[in-house]
Amino acid sequence: MKSSWLSRLAGNSALIAAGTIWLLPYAWMTTTSFKSLDEIVRAPTAPWPEQPNLAAYREVFQSVPVGHYLLNTVIMALLIATLQILLALPAGYALAKLHWRGKGAAMSLVLGCLLIPPQVTFVSVFAMLAPLGLINTMTSLVAPFAVSAFGTFLIRQALIAIPDEIIEAARLDGASELRIIFGILAPLLRPTLVAMFLFSFIFHYSDYFWPLVMTTDDVNRTLPMGIALLREQGTGVRWHIVMAGNVILSAPVLLVFLVAQRHIIRAVARSS
Amino acid sequence: MKPRSKLHPYLMVAPTVLVLSVFFVVPLLRSLQLSFSHWDLLTPPEPAGLSNYDRLISSGQLLGVISRTVTFGAIVVVGSTSLGLLLAILLNRQGRIYAFVRGAVFSAYVVSWVAVALLWMWLLDGDAGLVSRGFRAVGLPTTNWLGNPSTALYAIAAVTIWKITGYAMVIYLAGLTAIPPSLYEAAALDGAKRWSLFWHITWPSLKPTTVFVATTGLIMSFQAFDVVRVMTQGGPAQSTTLFVYAIYEEIFQNLRVGRASALIVCFFVLLMGLTALNLRAFRQRTSSAEGTR
Repeated sequence: MKSSWLSRLAGNSALIAAGTIWLLPYAWMTTTSFKSLDEIVRAPTAPWPEQPNLAAYREVFQSVPVGHYLLNTVIMALLIATLQILLALPAGYALAKLHWRGKGAAMSLVLGCLLIPPQVTFVSVFAMLAPLGLINTMTSLVAPFAVSAFGTFLIRQALIAIPDEIIEAARLDGASELRIIFGILAPLLRPTLVAMFLFSFIFHYSDYFWPLVMTTDDVNRTLPMGIALLREQGTGVRWHIVMAGNVILSAPVLLVFLVAQRHIIRAVARSS
Repeated sequence: MKPRSKLHPYLMVAPTVLVLSVFFVVPLLRSLQLSFSHWDLLTPPEPAGLSNYDRLISSGQLLGVISRTVTFGAIVVVGSTSLGLLLAILLNRQGRIYAFVRGAVFSAYVVSWVAVALLWMWLLDGDAGLVSRGFRAVGLPTTNWLGNPSTALYAIAAVTIWKITGYAMVIYLAGLTAIPPSLYEAAALDGAKRWSLFWHITWPSLKPTTVFVATTGLIMSFQAFDVVRVMTQGGPAQSTTLFVYAIYEEIFQNLRVGRASALIVCFFVLLMGLTALNLRAFRQRTSSAEGTR
């Protein structure tokens, strides 16, 4: 269809409005982080810092063990994303391809758990892990998410679409079941697995709720918690420090997003 | 297919069944059980009958939490769905700059809630915030958005809309590409105007998508916690104590596990209702998509 001047005008205005509303905040965050306290008080809305400096970043690194928290966060998110895929593949295979008694019940369990968010389970999980001395451990952060009901369901759906002949041929060649699952079927599901891994990693990297509930000291604290603490420690009007922390927290995710944008958007659209 | 050994399928699903049972099913049932007891996590739990539910209702706490959460959810859903649709239609064009802005809108959905919440605390700062300065510059009244009990809930709703509109937009964009161009061509031949094309083709074709986006948004906003914890801690004057935050407060500030569990049970029942709606929308959407193929 040919576009009229009116629709081009509407498109351009939307472009400018959306660009402003969604990009200006990032810009202000970045600019603020390079300002000095004096400037924040005097000219908070100045678009460019008078004397760009890294003092706020230095302050963040001094008051929060950024490296330590970042390492915790990345280890946690990597473990979760990896475990979810490693455990979902064999389970999805048994649910999609094999005949066995109890399959219906197992499938209902997976589908039922899709409906139970962590906001419903955290109180009991906390009460269960506390007497075992597991609060404040990596286990309390990772184990509850080692299986993703959604991921298991997704992999099962993807495996159903793969013809049985491939598996039969592999069995005739003498491949073991594990070899069939991880050596033959997993590569065929690559796009699904990559999307699942990315989602899981980004979600758990950013998660605030679960680590907040399960940790009370700073040994296993994660980066989102550390950055949120910057504000709670009574920084008052020292927004340049909070924004510097914010840049540190969001830059890795924005970078991953920039690189894998198409992949992520397509996966979101498809998973709906 | 036949498993090679009878044991294989059970070994394959064992870890999944174990984790899901221990961390999802058992805690849910345990919450139900704990909701009939008093427990402060330190001394052993005591049976309490229905008193937790009784107190939740008679004190008005439950009603308050539900009405706040429903208000918040309604604003977020209406805002993010309509904005998402508008942006999807207007930004559904070729060209790098359109792709870039679509990416920018969606990026907010990916960035950590903590980062978004802190960023908007600064933007909404009553004195120095960009929003307040902008309002003042054009002569609109401003306030301490997050510190004022009559504006705080709307402020965190607006921030939530900013965060999830990109999700709605992406789902709508996928919905738009599923509409066969031949429908538009035929209508254009009949001399239909752009506006009537929207009302007679785009909107009806997108109806299942709209129901899906709206119910998903409602579920997301019912589960909102981070935004409250970081920006307002439920205040001022409880005006932003949404459901999940109320549960959190009961257990970690008041050490009332029984009351928290009763809230969880109510929350779960509400969520089930919403999910049933969502599933219905999902089925309608997939079946209508198959119909057009």
